[in-house]
Amino acid sequence: MNVTIVDYNSGNISSVINSFKEVAKDKVNIEVTSDLNKIKSSDKVVLPGQGSFKSCVDALNNISGLVDTLNEFSIDNKKPLLGICVGLQMFADVGFEETETKGLGWISGKVSKIDNQNGKYKLPHIGWNQISIVKDSKIFKDIENNSHMYFVHSYEFVPEDKNVISATTDYSSNIVCSVEKENIFGTQFHPEKSDKIGLKIIDNFINL
Amino acid sequence: MLKNRIIPCLDVKNGRVVKGINFVDLQDAGDPVEQAKIYSDGGADEICFLDITASNENRDTIYDVVEKTSKKCFVPLTVGGGVRNVEDINKLLNCGADKVSINTAAVQNPEVVVESSKKFGTQCIVVAIDAKKNQDKWEIFTHGGRNNTGIDAIEFAKQMENSGAGELLVTSMDRDGTQVGYDIELMAKISSIVNIPVIASGGVGNLDHLVDGIKLGNASAVLAASIFHYGKHSVKEAKEYLDSKGIPVRI
Repeated sequence: MNVTIVDYNSGNISSVINSFKEVAKDKVNIEVTSDLNKIKSSDKVVLPGQGSFKSCVDALNNISGLVDTLNEFSIDNKKPLLGICVGLQMFADVGFEETETKGLGWISGKVSKIDNQNGKYKLPHIGWNQISIVKDSKIFKDIENNSHMYFVHSYEFVPEDKNVISATTDYSSNIVCSVEKENIFGTQFHPEKSDKIGLKIIDNFINL
Repeated sequence: MLKNRIIPCLDVKNGRVVKGINFVDLQDAGDPVEQAKIYSDGGADEICFLDITASNENRDTIYDVVEKTSKKCFVPLTVGGGVRNVEDINKLLNCGADKVSINTAAVQNPEVVVESSKKFGTQCIVVAIDAKKNQDKWEIFTHGGRNNTGIDAIEFAKQMENSGAGELLVTSMDRDGTQVGYDIELMAKISSIVNIPVIASGGVGNLDHLVDGIKLGNASAVLAASIFHYGKHSVKEAKEYLDSKGIPVRI
């Protein structure tokens, strides 16, 4: 099996690579590439994302044919895809970080700044927070409710259809921190930085 | 609920830990990778490396350490010490650091903070503020605490937030190495003036100091080095103690 981590200059992805290689051992081949043919032929795709919504969308668009290839992979062929952090946020129709920017539009909704309640909540939301699992997700197999995950973000994904939400976390309000829509998965937290429990989520995705 | 973080810090010189945990079963007490792994297995919320390598020819040793550690520890890794420019930050991130802390360079050339937070995202830029009390204010020191700049630490903290720092690592130079506790007044002042997380550092001698840093200093995270050295306290003990004092921690 081939799992491809999309390398589209979205910032630092070494931790994502290290964690997937740790989990995959020699059983699964982990590719790190932006090569369209390799993405097309892989079994699963991971879409990381660091920095701002706009910078990530711009970086995707800078690689000719990449967005079309990802659309074909996840929407037409319905193969499993995992978005992490801004990788998840880009599923939305639109994001408001820096300036209004069009997203991939895979899951209807928007990405807006977390309400810090006049400075009561510090931003970025950095650190370990518990997740509240609101629906069964395949990537949560053997993950206990209220497990701790590592977060770093200032913006949140607000999907229109609440049925896609698989977990939330409490910071200022109930922030969407995991979604599952058919073959599309996303986590706002960083499984690659969430210790053994995070590696278990990666393992679950690889073993889908 | 967001938990307060405990961050053990390892001083690394020429690729070796200077003050490490002196466990009998350690194969190599000077190996930063092995030490970091002990901390992360023990429940550390993050690991911090402070590179104190003095000579330029040995600077590259830290990259090797970071690369090896990031393949074994799956919690956030912050690296600081001798970070001068965007290229240094880029190299550390590519080796597997999740955040880079900038100290002297942020004071000498604040543009480094602006530029790097734009390029890599604010989430990976930590500005380390070394401050020393002078009458009724705190002044910024650079070069590992050797040079007094006369810059007001509180104003500088606000400036760094505006420049794009994602977090501030605040060290009291008066307290560093004394084990008498954090400079609570300094932590509380900076924490109240900025809307980004503050990591308290410098002076921890016992577990109550960690409690004070969070409860009185309003720090989001507490960093300590020596109390975890030589096995005086484990990270697990520290967390259980904080938990018993009603502080939310990841256990």
